[in-house]
Amino acid sequence: MSPDPGGPGLGAQLGGRLRAGDPSVAPAVLNLVESRSPSDRAHTVELLRAVSPAALGGEAGAHVVGVTGPPGAGKSTLLSELVAAWRRRGRTVAVLAVDPTSRRSGGALLGDRARIAHDPKDPGVFIRSTAAGDRLGGLAPATRAAAQALAAAFDVVVIETVGVGQSETEVADVADSVVVVVQPGAGDVLQFLKAGVMEVPDVLVVTKADLGDIAERSVRDLRAALGAVGSAPTPVLAVASIPPVQGIDELVEAIDGHRSGLDLGARRLAARRANALADFLAEHGERGLRVLGGRRAAQRWLSEQDPRLDVPALTARLESRALEEA
Amino acid sequence: MTEGAPAHRLAEPDRPWRMRTYAGHSNARASNELYRRNLAKGQTGLSIAFDLPTQTGYDPDHELARGEVGKVGVSIAHRGDMHTLLEGIPLDQMNTSMTINATAAWLLALYIVTAEGQGVDMPALQGTTQNDIIKEFLARGTYAFPPAPSMRLIADMVAFTVEHVPEWNPINICSYHLQEAGATPVQEIAYALSNAIAVLDAVRERVPEDRMGRVFQRISFFVNAGVRFIEEHAKLRAMARLWEEIGRERYGVQDPKHLRFRYGVQVNSLGLTEVQPENNVQRIVLEALAVTIGRNARARSIQLPAWNEALGLPRPADQQWSLRIQQVLAFETDVLDYPDIFEGSKVMDGLVAELMEGARAEMKVVADRGGAVEAVPYMKGALVDSNRERLRRIESGQQIVVGQNKFTETEPSPLDRDAEGRILVVDPAIEAEQVEAVRRWRAERDAGRAERALAELARVADSDENIMPATIEAARAGVTTGEWAQALREVFGEYRAPTGVGQAAAAPGTEELEELREEVERISEALGRRLKILVGKPGLDGHSNGAEQIAVMARDIGMDVVYEGIRLTPAQIARSALQEGVHVVGLSILSGSHRELIPAVMKALREAGVDVPVVVGGIIPEQDVEPLRAAGVAAVYTPKDFELTRIMRDIVELVSSSAASHVQA
Repeated sequence: MSPDPGGPGLGAQLGGRLRAGDPSVAPAVLNLVESRSPSDRAHTVELLRAVSPAALGGEAGAHVVGVTGPPGAGKSTLLSELVAAWRRRGRTVAVLAVDPTSRRSGGALLGDRARIAHDPKDPGVFIRSTAAGDRLGGLAPATRAAAQALAAAFDVVVIETVGVGQSETEVADVADSVVVVVQPGAGDVLQFLKAGVMEVPDVLVVTKADLGDIAERSVRDLRAALGAVGSAPTPVLAVASIPPVQGIDELVEAIDGHRSGLDLGARRLAARRANALADFLAEHGERGLRVLGGRRAAQRWLSEQDPRLDVPALTARLESRALEEA
Repeated sequence: MTEGAPAHRLAEPDRPWRMRTYAGHSNARASNELYRRNLAKGQTGLSIAFDLPTQTGYDPDHELARGEVGKVGVSIAHRGDMHTLLEGIPLDQMNTSMTINATAAWLLALYIVTAEGQGVDMPALQGTTQNDIIKEFLARGTYAFPPAPSMRLIADMVAFTVEHVPEWNPINICSYHLQEAGATPVQEIAYALSNAIAVLDAVRERVPEDRMGRVFQRISFFVNAGVRFIEEHAKLRAMARLWEEIGRERYGVQDPKHLRFRYGVQVNSLGLTEVQPENNVQRIVLEALAVTIGRNARARSIQLPAWNEALGLPRPADQQWSLRIQQVLAFETDVLDYPDIFEGSKVMDGLVAELMEGARAEMKVVADRGGAVEAVPYMKGALVDSNRERLRRIESGQQIVVGQNKFTETEPSPLDRDAEGRILVVDPAIEAEQVEAVRRWRAERDAGRAERALAELARVADSDENIMPATIEAARAGVTTGEWAQALREVFGEYRAPTGVGQAAAAPGTEELEELREEVERISEALGRRLKILVGKPGLDGHSNGAEQIAVMARDIGMDVVYEGIRLTPAQIARSALQEGVHVVGLSILSGSHRELIPAVMKALREAGVDVPVVVGGIIPEQDVEPLRAAGVAAVYTPKDFELTRIMRDIVELVSSSAASHVQA
């Protein structure tokens, strides 16, 4: 298939609207970055270039927040309150909700947006559900691209994923701040933290604070576990997302606090490199990675590249290097 | 057994069960006339059908009430409406059943205040509030508050009525809707009884220990009966035995009077067909037999659906026909003349034992998940699976539905002559009148008193006190249904029940599904991304079985499915369609509000700039199909379209041709 002759400039055009801070462009951006057709992929490259730090004159302004945790922990209900809290502060919010189910049929049921209460007339909230589908580890390329693109137009971009032990690592490759959500008495997170199976998140949230003692005990246990692995300063908060709602403002502050203590340039640079590697992996698989000498070698090589390069450019470099090596 | 009568005869025939008709529509005045006519025809109790705004706690002028006012029942917004509804009906002699759940405390309060106006005190009142919230989360969808405060409202009502309205059944645990949602007999028994246990456990915390016998006695059931009437009868006997067991073992109830399993029944609507609708009459008769034939598990009260229930709202003459079925059964046949005819039957005993064993195992699964409240997602998923299996069996011909998938060769139906008038259509002007009326009511009442009553209600809701006294005072003060519910929403929060579709198991790979899967794959490839569908339920209608089945099947053939559950406004649907970038929208409505809501959704989609095909399914009368198509709907599916596979094939084709025309343009 040849590139669509009618559409050159689509990526640049959407990118321009994103740079202008127009949130209404979000559905079209998602329709484009999710598309696997060759012409759309060319447009996506163009789009990402249009919102790269080089084009923006710096890093995109949004706070990209990863929210992850085991199923049933109350992520969506928590997000519902968080979105409202951010809106009260006048911030626009985009939520990319990634559904974990992967089915033989390829199809997926996406129902999460219903749990995030918002005024359907509010242009400052955008929610898109995507199926993780047949990904080869890491977030789907479309979700990573969408997060980069939307970061140019929204104040907050949330990536919501499900899981524990692996999901926070995947999200950490894309997000500025990673929030892990657990419910009281959830032992696996505690064990994973102690055993070093999971990376230490930037903020830990215990939901269902209305349960009282059990929630408080979970907070204490998690703090102790963080102390034991030398991460005592990581905030652990208890929240209740059902009335009477509590702890949400404190959570917003904790998330903001993490961001303000962050070397954003370094984190975003690391994210771009991780994204390029993930894109490469999605396209060329483990075999491609072996040609590059394995994950570590590829990461090392990426870290020597020009820090101003955007993700498609980095991916293209990986690909030509793989061709040379093969 | 009375002395002197032989073992196979009763000394005197039994008294007939209470006969009701589930009725109500439009406004209080029209429904009052209907009730009085029904009583004159020999009906012996009232069964009030409320409209969806009343059931979910919205006034007629609320955005969500649009298109729903007076549709599936009567609109009751305040004590004035309730007064009109029951005018000329002496409440000390009437036995009234109210199908009301989330707002049951409120409607009972309105009933109590109306009785006060007639000079009738609370101890003289007899009747039932349905008040079963767990099955609303599972199957019917008219919930208003989250599970915990909902259970507290129920416990409050039980505790209050046991003391002050002793002849009232404060809760009617429903297995009816579970069967309508596709439950097997075992699931029906197990989930209903687990539900009752959750209620009793909650009440136990709010009443003195020595009251539990009386509490147990006041818990009644509302069951369903399908056309396999022998097994259905066995189901009721199994429920009665398990109920007694639960009373004795779990709650220490001793008095046999307290332990008796009491139930009312509405027989199956799920099995009624739109094609050859005259066949529904014999289905209803046989189902009525299931709940009357054996004396040891006979219904206390019965209401029968009408033959045209699958088409829309029945007319008075249709309902009379169903009442006459009951009367023939009670007064012409000898069903009431004998002791229990199944005692000693090996078949019946065997069936009952089988069902009890299955139900005990399933009740244990629910208990292991923390009880009925905690197990709502599990039970919902299990019901979606059962319903899918039922539909698959019908579609494949394994389960015969006469006239629908077998013996389809037919003469024109004798009942089909006037397609226009086969159902009752509520005058669309009613909604505007009710909106006007509730605004006038608010303007004319004692504003200070209403305000104080609402403030007190909010205080009580936030405390541990019983909700009933403050609710009754609010009813007296002229507070409206929407205001009462809103005050509680502010304290309790709102809630969306699990949709059950996420847990549904993958479909077995039939050849037809495989073909569709390949087609979806092909189209997705051409579209550049996976074919994505939005399945939406606009309005207050909570009957989500159809939408759930479409959603699960769409997933099984490889689509990405956005399904947000029930109670969506047109603006929400349009917004989701836009933000999610779907290729097609499927809407489902069963409440009869499609005439108002579908065009509203189409308009909202247009305004959002979403240009994708829209299909509609539900209880949609023949004469409404054309107007919907004229409003831009690509395809309309009615209850006669029972083949899900064909509907899915249509949808896939629609997307395919719409995508092709977009590429050309």
